[in-house]
Amino acid sequence: MTWVNVVIQGVLLGGLYALYATGLSLVFGVMRLVNLAHGDLSIMGAFACLVLVGILDVNPLLSLVLVLPMIFVVGYLLQRLMLNFTLKGDDMRPLLATFGLSVIIQNGLLVGFSADSRGLDAGWIENASLSLGGGLAVGWFPLLTLVVAILVIVLLNSFLTRTRLGRAFRATSDDQEAARLMGIDNRHIYALAMGIALGIVALAGVFMGIRTTFTPGIGPARLIFAFEAVIMGGLGSSWGPWRVASHWAWPRRWASSSRRAGESS
Amino acid sequence: MSLLELEGINTGYGDFQALFDVSLVVEEGETFGVLGANGAGKSTLLKTVAGLLRSPSGQVRFEGKPIEHLPAQKRVTLGISLVPEGRRVFPSLTVHENLQVGAHGRRRGPWDLDRVYDVFPLLVKLKSKQASYLSGGEQQALAIGRALMSNPRLLLIDEVSLGLAPVVIRDLYEALGEVTGSGMTVVLVEQDIRQIMEVADRVSCLLEGRVVLEGPPRELTRGQITAAYFGVR
Repeated sequence: MTWVNVVIQGVLLGGLYALYATGLSLVFGVMRLVNLAHGDLSIMGAFACLVLVGILDVNPLLSLVLVLPMIFVVGYLLQRLMLNFTLKGDDMRPLLATFGLSVIIQNGLLVGFSADSRGLDAGWIENASLSLGGGLAVGWFPLLTLVVAILVIVLLNSFLTRTRLGRAFRATSDDQEAARLMGIDNRHIYALAMGIALGIVALAGVFMGIRTTFTPGIGPARLIFAFEAVIMGGLGSSWGPWRVASHWAWPRRWASSSRRAGESS
Repeated sequence: MSLLELEGINTGYGDFQALFDVSLVVEEGETFGVLGANGAGKSTLLKTVAGLLRSPSGQVRFEGKPIEHLPAQKRVTLGISLVPEGRRVFPSLTVHENLQVGAHGRRRGPWDLDRVYDVFPLLVKLKSKQASYLSGGEQQALAIGRALMSNPRLLLIDEVSLGLAPVVIRDLYEALGEVTGSGMTVVLVEQDIRQIMEVADRVSCLLEGRVVLEGPPRELTRGQITAAYFGVR
């Protein structure tokens, strides 16, 4: 039964990784920008949630109603006022700029929140689980994470294929100069893409903060998850990263389940 | 007042100057041909009008108002549309989506999906096909249709015939006839002299970035054009 459990838990954990990957993939797809601060921005989302929860005394899941629009605006402005200027010229410039941004965010968070581990408390849902029989159980929260991840990918997909703005995203991705000839302002499109991507990754950050603990320094590790899923899933593909994220989560679940088995024997 | 006026344009790429003191006037409703050999500056001229390139000096006026400070995406909303060299259709989008993107600026006018499919009936069958799978001629028809979707007052077309079979070129020019017949102002860049002399009301010939000859086709002799085209005297 262990392997069944590993597969199920792996798929569930894959939901979280898929959220990290989706934002990275969107930004790379639309403007060929590799955002090295991606992981740190997700941690920033988790800290923003922590602060809001502290002030408003609400469930972190409820605070998303405010966190996501806030992070969207941060992403829009970040792209419009800074990153757009790095896109002209060679590929090194956005890499260096986002690397610098990563350092600034990590240290800024360290100054503001110290290096202590933090967690977000979502109440009963964190520990509740659904028994599937045969010793198998699925946590409600991992299940929620997976459902949200799938929902995000489905919504993003239909946005890109069905709406006027989504078509403008894809046209800009195909040929930025030709898109401008259609009246599409590529700077605005890039900024919107970054806003949406950061919204998604902040969502991932908050779910991660509920699932486990976080510190200002763990952003780069999140970036690696996202990278692996994006590269192996195929750049620009929306379901690929999710598929890979679940496959890739299996060995991790396997490692933790065999460790537990070892402890009990 | 003329629809488009260029005065003293000196566009270049970095240290390389492609146009030298180019001045042109295009009247409303006419089909204006720009001739010239490879590297004469024809594409540079169109890109300067469309806003993809800027001249460090001189003026570009559209309907009498200076527009040289406006980026390409703003000029589209004024009614300037460019069919770029090499067609540049969006390869991952379907034919239908390419046309829809053409209407992104939401400029009102007589052109919509139905009318474009009417003028280019070959596109109807290809509606849901990805643009990257189209042949060169089909892509050119799509590129022109896409530009029309923005309801331009001034349509700039860069090399309709580039790399296409003569029979395909004939069909495209036939369709273009419907466009110019509707009263639209068209600036047509072409290397194929014969083709452009047939359709243009006036032509201008560029040689190494300078206007060397201008006038209605019937008033120009073959010798004059050859001299202007190749720079031989």
